[in-house]
Amino acid sequence: MLVPFPPRKMAGEKKAGDKKAGESKPGEKKASQKKIREKTRKPKKHHASRNPVLARGIGRYSRSAMYARKAMYKRKYTAPETKIEKKKKEKPPATITKPVGGDKNGGSRVVKVRKMPRYYPTEDVPRKLLSHGKKPFCQHKRKLRASITPGTVLILLTGRHRGKRVVFLKQLATGLLLVTGPLVINRVPLRRAHQKFVIATSTKVDITGVRIPKHLTDAYFKKKRLRKPKHQEGEIFDTEKEKYEITEQRKSDQKAVDSQILARIKKVPQLRGYLRSTFSLSNGVYPHKLVF
Amino acid sequence: MVFKRFVEIGRVAFISFGPHAGKLVAIVDVIDQNRALVDGPCSGVRRQAMPFKCMQLTDFVLKFPHSARQKHVRVAWEKENINEKWAATRWAKKIEAREKKAKMTDFDRYKVMKAKKMRNRIIKHEMKKLQKQASKKGKKLQKAQK
Repeated sequence: MLVPFPPRKMAGEKKAGDKKAGESKPGEKKASQKKIREKTRKPKKHHASRNPVLARGIGRYSRSAMYARKAMYKRKYTAPETKIEKKKKEKPPATITKPVGGDKNGGSRVVKVRKMPRYYPTEDVPRKLLSHGKKPFCQHKRKLRASITPGTVLILLTGRHRGKRVVFLKQLATGLLLVTGPLVINRVPLRRAHQKFVIATSTKVDITGVRIPKHLTDAYFKKKRLRKPKHQEGEIFDTEKEKYEITEQRKSDQKAVDSQILARIKKVPQLRGYLRSTFSLSNGVYPHKLVF
Repeated sequence: MVFKRFVEIGRVAFISFGPHAGKLVAIVDVIDQNRALVDGPCSGVRRQAMPFKCMQLTDFVLKFPHSARQKHVRVAWEKENINEKWAATRWAKKIEAREKKAKMTDFDRYKVMKAKKMRNRIIKHEMKKLQKQASKKGKKLQKAQK
């Protein structure tokens, strides 16, 4: 005959009991401490069997008694997903079609949402992206020739002011050079010039202490164009800004900068006349032999 | 005389090309038909053999015996004051002017242009004045002859 074993208080039970008691005092402790405790809580230890063994293969309690003892009424387990259910389940799409700009470009591209890894640990070096080392224009390195320093007299080679000698102020964020005539000397306003299309002479005006307003950036000088072709073919040419109008702000900025520079130019004899003159080549004058 | 400057011991020569281009040396001895032993103590040229081709003879002659030591060459050079005499010659001045012209910057060229213009204007002005005077005189004479 089987001797009924009195249910022993298992070691695990005590711990569970204690834990429950400890957890039921959240009111006193702060929320942060609770979180810390939750984080540092050890993974729950599985309880030892609640069904003591009478003989091999025979437990003390029946199925229904065990159901109650294990509190299965609190724990609901679902069956694993069948293949059909998996197939039917809505997965997130593997690819997305994105619109692409540009003419004759196909309009859209099919892009993978989750891409293959670029690096497998068996390879020596991770593979580089196709766009590796290709930076957008705003991140390019801007260089400036050593011969061009603030105050250098430059000779413009292209544009409507070709041949004119002009004073260099500073290099802007896109790499273009900010330059001024000054306006009263040779009718060159505050303007941008490209480094490549300019000859740097060795003549320098002392520009230390000249304050150039900070709002003179590339955006200030950028050409403005209206692009609203609402009209049909007939009226396109009217709406766009054909004539450039000098704004009051430009005039005031010009004055502010030029007044400072003119004072320094007057100090050097003959410099004013030099800036008024234009550069030209004549017979027997070879640019590669000239010292600028 | 067809030739005025001769290769002789003590002749000061100007080196026209080669590593020592632009310097003055004194001929100390003649080695053979093409080379001379040459020394330039006051111009930074070591005693060495030099072909005649790269030498151009100047008007200056120093007095020292052939194969004289560098010390004696130097003494003779400084006694004659060759460096100063050379700088005063037209030859040296032309060389200097050529060098200056090559070094001119754009601003210098502008200043030169302005200076030349002003000079020419003054000259022209004076010329015109003289021409006017001459023409007046001529007219007077003509009148008197009549």
